[in-house]
Amino acid sequence: MTALSSGTELPFPGLRSGVELVPTNDQPQTGKEYTSDQEVRWCPGCGDYAVLKAVQGFLPDLGLRRENIVFVSGIGCSSRFPYYLDTYGMHSIHGRAPSIATGIATAREDLSVWVVTGDGDALSIGGNHLIHALRRNVNMTILLFNNRIYGLTKGQYSPTSEPGKVTKSTPMGSVDHPFNPVSLALGAEASFVARTIDSDRKHLTSVLSAAAAHRGTSLVEIYQNCPIFNDGAFDAIKGQGEFKDGKADAIIPLVHGEQIRFGAPDEDGRGSKVVVRDHVTGGVKVALAADVEDSAVLVHDAHATDPSTAFAISRLTAADYLHQAPIGIFRAVERPTYDDQARAQVATAREDAPGEPTDKLAALIGSGDTWTVV
Amino acid sequence: MSSQVQKQVKQLDRVIIRFAGDSGDGMQLTGDRFTQESAVFGNDLVTLPNFPAEIRAPQGTLPGVSSFQVHFADHDILTAGDAPDVLVAMNPAALKANLPDLPRGASIIVDTHDFSARNLTKAGYDANPLDLLGDANDPLGDFAVHPVDLTGMTVAAVKEFGLSRKDAARAKNMFALGLLSWMYGRPTESTIAFLTKRFAKVPAIRDANITAFKAGWNFGETTETFAVSYEIKPAPVSAGTYRNISGNLALAYGLVAAGVQSGLPVFLGSYPITPASDILHELSKHKAFGVTTLQAEDEIAGVGAAIGASFAGHLGVTTTSGPGIALKSEAIGLAIMTELPLVVVDVQRGGPSTGLPTKTEQADLLQAMFGRNGEAPMPIVAPQSPGDCFDAALEAARIAVTYRTPVMLLSDGYLANGSEPWRIPEITDLPVIEPNFATERNHVVKPAATAEDGTVTEEERDFWPYLRDEETLARPWAVPGTPGLEHRIGGLEKGEGHGNISYDPANHDFMVRTRQAKVDRIAESLPPLTVDDPSGRAKVLVLGWGSTYGPIGAGVRRVRKAGYDVAQVHLRHLNPFPKDLGEILKRYDKVLVPEMNLGQLSMLLRAKYLVDAIGYNHVRGLPLKAAELAEAIGNLVAEAEGITVDLSTTNDPHTAEEISR
Ligand SMILES: Cc1ncc(C[n+]2csc(CCOP(=O)(O)OP(=O)(O)O)c2C)c(N)n1
Ligand code: SF4
Ligand SMILES: [Mg+2]
Repeated sequence: MTALSSGTELPFPGLRSGVELVPTNDQPQTGKEYTSDQEVRWCPGCGDYAVLKAVQGFLPDLGLRRENIVFVSGIGCSSRFPYYLDTYGMHSIHGRAPSIATGIATAREDLSVWVVTGDGDALSIGGNHLIHALRRNVNMTILLFNNRIYGLTKGQYSPTSEPGKVTKSTPMGSVDHPFNPVSLALGAEASFVARTIDSDRKHLTSVLSAAAAHRGTSLVEIYQNCPIFNDGAFDAIKGQGEFKDGKADAIIPLVHGEQIRFGAPDEDGRGSKVVVRDHVTGGVKVALAADVEDSAVLVHDAHATDPSTAFAISRLTAADYLHQAPIGIFRAVERPTYDDQARAQVATAREDAPGEPTDKLAALIGSGDTWTVV
Repeated sequence: MSSQVQKQVKQLDRVIIRFAGDSGDGMQLTGDRFTQESAVFGNDLVTLPNFPAEIRAPQGTLPGVSSFQVHFADHDILTAGDAPDVLVAMNPAALKANLPDLPRGASIIVDTHDFSARNLTKAGYDANPLDLLGDANDPLGDFAVHPVDLTGMTVAAVKEFGLSRKDAARAKNMFALGLLSWMYGRPTESTIAFLTKRFAKVPAIRDANITAFKAGWNFGETTETFAVSYEIKPAPVSAGTYRNISGNLALAYGLVAAGVQSGLPVFLGSYPITPASDILHELSKHKAFGVTTLQAEDEIAGVGAAIGASFAGHLGVTTTSGPGIALKSEAIGLAIMTELPLVVVDVQRGGPSTGLPTKTEQADLLQAMFGRNGEAPMPIVAPQSPGDCFDAALEAARIAVTYRTPVMLLSDGYLANGSEPWRIPEITDLPVIEPNFATERNHVVKPAATAEDGTVTEEERDFWPYLRDEETLARPWAVPGTPGLEHRIGGLEKGEGHGNISYDPANHDFMVRTRQAKVDRIAESLPPLTVDDPSGRAKVLVLGWGSTYGPIGAGVRRVRKAGYDVAQVHLRHLNPFPKDLGEILKRYDKVLVPEMNLGQLSMLLRAKYLVDAIGYNHVRGLPLKAAELAEAIGNLVAEAEGITVDLSTTNDPHTAEEISR
């Protein structure tokens, strides 16, 4: 799947970069510098390892000063992430990482702020903070490790588990309906939404760099395998196990400016399946390339101001065992960030009221109706 | 104008006025303006606003009544007064709701305009009490009642501005204010300036309000209804510049001052809640001081953002009331574990649950003390009066920054909305707070060495985020952006010093004790308590905390004025307690602890000092009443000294409150 790992423009031409105000490093860095002295304690084969490696490999390329990078996480297996990176970091409490990161990112324009969270952490207990961070568009990158299970608490179903899932807490099958994290984020006014896979390091890295380059909240859903409690949840996408031959049919690659095509290649080497507009529902649907005009094939536009098409594309994700899922950057649009605007208000107020803080304080507390007793 | 009436001027030492009306009648504004006038005049004063939780409860009903009580005097006073001398009632419901609080002989000025059959029924009156004035069965026979058509006169006075009848009638509160301002010789300039500014954009409303205000004054001057006006001389107070200030405003200013005095930008994360919202509103005006305010999606996000900002080197602050503290508990525990500075403001209101949102209470003390999982000690600071909220906020910030800990600042609804004259402090008298950020690696991995062949290897260091200051036990505060000090913190237990995750049993035991010891250490930085025991012979000590300072002080004065001995101590620090508290408690035979809860401080004192603390507890949503409290103190004095105590000489409301100190 070469199409997956290419095509992301970096940084988006003409747009403000997410790391624009973060001091850069003039010395070349290595992944080793970003590796802390703490022993990594995930289960063998856990997808989190691959993501950690990809991030440790990618951060040096960002070229930022290491001390200006902050990773904040909630609680969960994935949320141990910050301990393994030699940057500033906080392993906080369950679900609250986006709010803590909001404080950090708003307080300091010179920091590159990252959130690491799980599907339970972000979408269950922390759902409120997630949607409000997206709506505010605080300049940070959220890595949502979606293993469709509660790993740390040993295997209960999560808000992304498929209907009917049998777990310790749902012996007769879950009757909960899952969230589609991408649809949720798009509905929450997100300015950057992407989906990638733990095992595709190249794609993961390209999405991470696009996310870091985006100014505003970037949400990256990472399909992450939990071999202990939900092994094989992404086998269809990864073309593994019983789905050995199904990968091409499962992944719908999204590349900005290119037609959305997938499935087994036709005689021209192009995907035999395409995404076209569905004039009945107003959404999009999958069609056989052979059945439609080439001009009818949807060209992916991640920069479209209106999120409707991106949302429609996100609905092509199968809720069950993921026999089909769009992968890539769904949406990347510029929108003023909360933190930039909040800081601008403070800066304007300061310019309008110059002077020594102590003098200003004396004037403030001495304001209003006063009287003097001698 | 009719012929000038000869007016008599009477001297009074103090007066308690209550303005009462429908919540749409602007009684809070009226009371506030009267307060400002009195403050500018130089009286000492204390106020007590009291309003319904509903923004507009059904008009004309008893639940819709809003009131504002102001107590002003020619001497130092401590409370808003137990019972009003004068009631201004704008409708039947206001009359009915406030009548039970009036002492015999009180004056009532009542707007007759709204005494229609419909309004009387809404207020639960079968008959118009004003029709029975002077009758044998006059229900208001105990009072001096002045029925005046305030609304009618207002409408007539503002006719020229062409307002609708409804808008014209709305200026009636200013007419009432004008009348009362005349009656008590209040200066009027500040109110006229205020109205001019407030309604600058709507000239007709501005002019109508100013005209109504002046018309009220002139009515007082000319009418025969009021033959007497009163003079209450300014109170002798120490030299300085004063202003009137409410607790929430003083608290907000204190936080701004904490930012200036520490050099740290203040970051407030907050979610609106009565009675704390005004602090959010006020701080959001002060961006010029580098203050950032975030109205979060909920209380958890508010404290989360504040913790994040503190991690990033700002002074993180979160403001709320009791229900919000309940939501923030887990995050406060995180701040305790990560040992980051954080000021948590709880403006207490009646509980539990939603409770009495607009009423006061002190029932969050144990929540502040213990309301978290695990051994999670947290310093607690409480202001004792509206103006004192300023100093208390600075003190909370000092402790938070110096000891790297969240601090609970326990205000309450009475302090928040009540006001008093406040001597504006000199900036040079304010404490300076030192953030002392870490800049260097603090732990030697390998010392410098010179090998036998003379090669010198330099010292090798790394950064240990939990290597503590020996004196304060505070850990270093290393903020992102500082090279070489990259580190990770979090809610999992830390290994001593290096701060990496540790599940070691002995280490956990050590860390739990160390976090407690750090909070206990704060006592070393506290001044000795002030024991107010003028005769030195008192056997009874009255010990309080927070907003009960006023009523306790007034109660104690009454008892002393009647010739008995009683000592008073008031706590600013509830955790840790000051070092000398235990010894002071031992000096007295009886310790009375008045609180607006069911005995929370009593419980802490009993647990810590094995003292038989006797509770005096009311949870009525209102400040304690000084007269009732004096009785309780008197009874205890009688018991302790084996004497009979008679406080009756102090029962006249006009002499009851104490002489100036
Ligand atoms: C307030 C609170 N409630 C519950 C927990 C228990 N808990 C820890 S992690 C977790 C779920 C984690 O699932 P997820 O976010 O998907 O992370 P994963 O372990 O799968 O990476 C739960 C319920 C907790 N730590 N704190
Ligand atoms: S339980 Fe699952 S998610 Fe957690 S570390 Fe083990 S494999 Fe990874
Ligand atoms: Mg999970």
